[in-house]
Amino acid sequence: MELRVAHLYPAYLNIYADRGNIAVLERRAGARGHELVVEPITLGSGSELGAYNLFYVGGGQDREQAMIAPDLAKRGGAIRSAVDDGAALLAVCGGYQLLGRGYRGRDGSWMPGAALFPHETVAGDVRMIGDVLLESALPEASRATIAGFENHAGRTLLDEGAAPLGRVVAGYGNDGESGYEGARIGRAIGTYLHGPLLPRNPWLADLLLSWAVAHATGDEPVALRPLEDELEREAHAVAAARARSRGGRPA
Amino acid sequence: MSARLSLETSAARLVGRLSRAAGRGGGTTLPGKLVWKLDPGALDALAGRLPLGVALVSATNGKTTTTAMAASILAPRRRLAWNHSGANLASGVASTLLAARDAELGLLEVDEFALPEILRRTRPRVVELGNLFRDQLDRYGELEHIAERWRAAVEELSTDAVLVANADDPLVAALAEGRERAVLFGIDDPRRARPALQHASDSKYCVRCGAPYHYDAAYVGHLGAYRCESCGHVRPPLDLAARDIEPEGLEGVSFSLVTTDASVRVRLAVPGLYNVYNALGASALAVALGAGLDEIAAGLARFRAAFGRFERFAAGDRRVLLLLIKNPAGANEAIRTLEDGGVPPTLVIALNDEIADGRDVSWIWDVDFEPLLERAGRIVASGERAAELGLRFTYAGFPRERLELEPDLERALERGLELTETGGELAVLPTYTAMLRLRAIATQRGLTRPYWEA
Repeated sequence: MELRVAHLYPAYLNIYADRGNIAVLERRAGARGHELVVEPITLGSGSELGAYNLFYVGGGQDREQAMIAPDLAKRGGAIRSAVDDGAALLAVCGGYQLLGRGYRGRDGSWMPGAALFPHETVAGDVRMIGDVLLESALPEASRATIAGFENHAGRTLLDEGAAPLGRVVAGYGNDGESGYEGARIGRAIGTYLHGPLLPRNPWLADLLLSWAVAHATGDEPVALRPLEDELEREAHAVAAARARSRGGRPA
Repeated sequence: MSARLSLETSAARLVGRLSRAAGRGGGTTLPGKLVWKLDPGALDALAGRLPLGVALVSATNGKTTTTAMAASILAPRRRLAWNHSGANLASGVASTLLAARDAELGLLEVDEFALPEILRRTRPRVVELGNLFRDQLDRYGELEHIAERWRAAVEELSTDAVLVANADDPLVAALAEGRERAVLFGIDDPRRARPALQHASDSKYCVRCGAPYHYDAAYVGHLGAYRCESCGHVRPPLDLAARDIEPEGLEGVSFSLVTTDASVRVRLAVPGLYNVYNALGASALAVALGAGLDEIAAGLARFRAAFGRFERFAAGDRRVLLLLIKNPAGANEAIRTLEDGGVPPTLVIALNDEIADGRDVSWIWDVDFEPLLERAGRIVASGERAAELGLRFTYAGFPRERLELEPDLERALERGLELTETGGELAVLPTYTAMLRLRAIATQRGLTRPYWEA
């Protein structure tokens, strides 16, 4: 079936190989007979977002993030209602921050976000850079692992009781202290992990796709037929080993 | 020379010799590391004793090649202290200045992050700034951050010094604004422009007002003739331009080097528009040091590929073409060069993730590998992160059965040669530490000279 994907601000938020995540979603959907129709949502795009089954928000450089932040914040209501309605969403790095309530700069300034995820981000003094390994906290895939790379100065503080994406096995995570990484609300996932995220964590791509299919059909999510994933496993193993040996430590 | 500096330099030279004698590589930075540790001020003194002063070259991409081209132009008439092995941090610069005892002119490639300190200490006569591309974000941070550091460094440059800047890079050209002694270079040949900005293009928003630039011609990444339709900011006029560019496949490229009142035809034995930019930067630097156009053309004609950048060597009855890839913009140009000159049927592509390569390997997804994948018969993915490359290629549609995974570099090279027909050429595209290792393997087998002798 046809799955409609909204890719938010692709010309601005594309710093950590976000197109890799899109490529993985497209090909894995294709392997199961689904077609992904990816449409850019950018400055000046229409405000109607209800027709999309999956949203993708990547990360950008500070300057570019600041350029789109007000527009994204204005779309907060539309994004929240799409997620309430069961649409899937993946936000990575800057996109993850921008979809929270807001960002507190070092100078005390406050940049409001789209308020989808129950968190706030505060500028930190130390950049958290390195390989990361998580153990999934998603009930759909408890204890599955997620390997990636993080690079963020912002410390993201989840609200009390908010659901993270995973527990940090190696690396810094949301704030370098809590031991948790990412956030999940409904079928929306936010995370600092790039690398990009999906090629070496294909189960997560499949989970998002199954949610998008469920949104499109109105049925309950059904797990997708497994694929071979030999290279994916190998890449995951190397990335996981990297995180264990050098994650969460300065270079 | 002060007694202290003299003592430090002798000790440091001894360390370099010991390092080489012990077979621990080139010993190119060890002496400098020692001096740098003992006394960072020694760098000031070492630079100060050069009668013709110091010229610095920095950029994300092409600094090693640009510096080597400048050396080829300048060397016949000036004794150079040149860090040709690419040791471009303060310690490497100190080592170079230590080793070159009778040098007259310091010609130094400088890491873009290390530029402010080295600039402050060596007080250069000329600084050439080539470009700023998205590079290892885990190591250097964002582009704007580097540009900010450069801006502060350039402000400290003496008013007598000449700033040589690439007019085609908006962020770099902006650094020369309002500066009296500046030489701006760029390409002026819309026939050679790319039809569209590449995926990984970086500085696509106006440095003044933030609106997207309109490109009358984009040549390499975001380098080109840009103008902002919102505030009117345009590429500044060129003091030195390349026109009438004629590519010659993988063999080279020729172009007219044009100043405001003269012109000379230049032929390079390395291909690609990015090498035209490197040659322009080297020429502008030489002009700033008083070289004439004929001297420049002759020097560029003599130039041969710098260490691992488009290096060719024979391996028995086959040939190897070594093309360093280290970030999206550089890799895209290496790929474009192969595309223009003919993609060999077999490729070895090697991805390592040491600090010098960038620990974050996500950049490979920003490289436009697609033109290679459409034309290559077989690809051997190698290096510590070979599987990531495999994913990059297969998710782009490259058939799994034509992809081989061989993380070990030596075996990958052997396998690549085995798959290359007699008389044919194998293209090898490694990241930095993979390139060093592959070159060491080639040197061990007597195919290339070790880099500290190059």
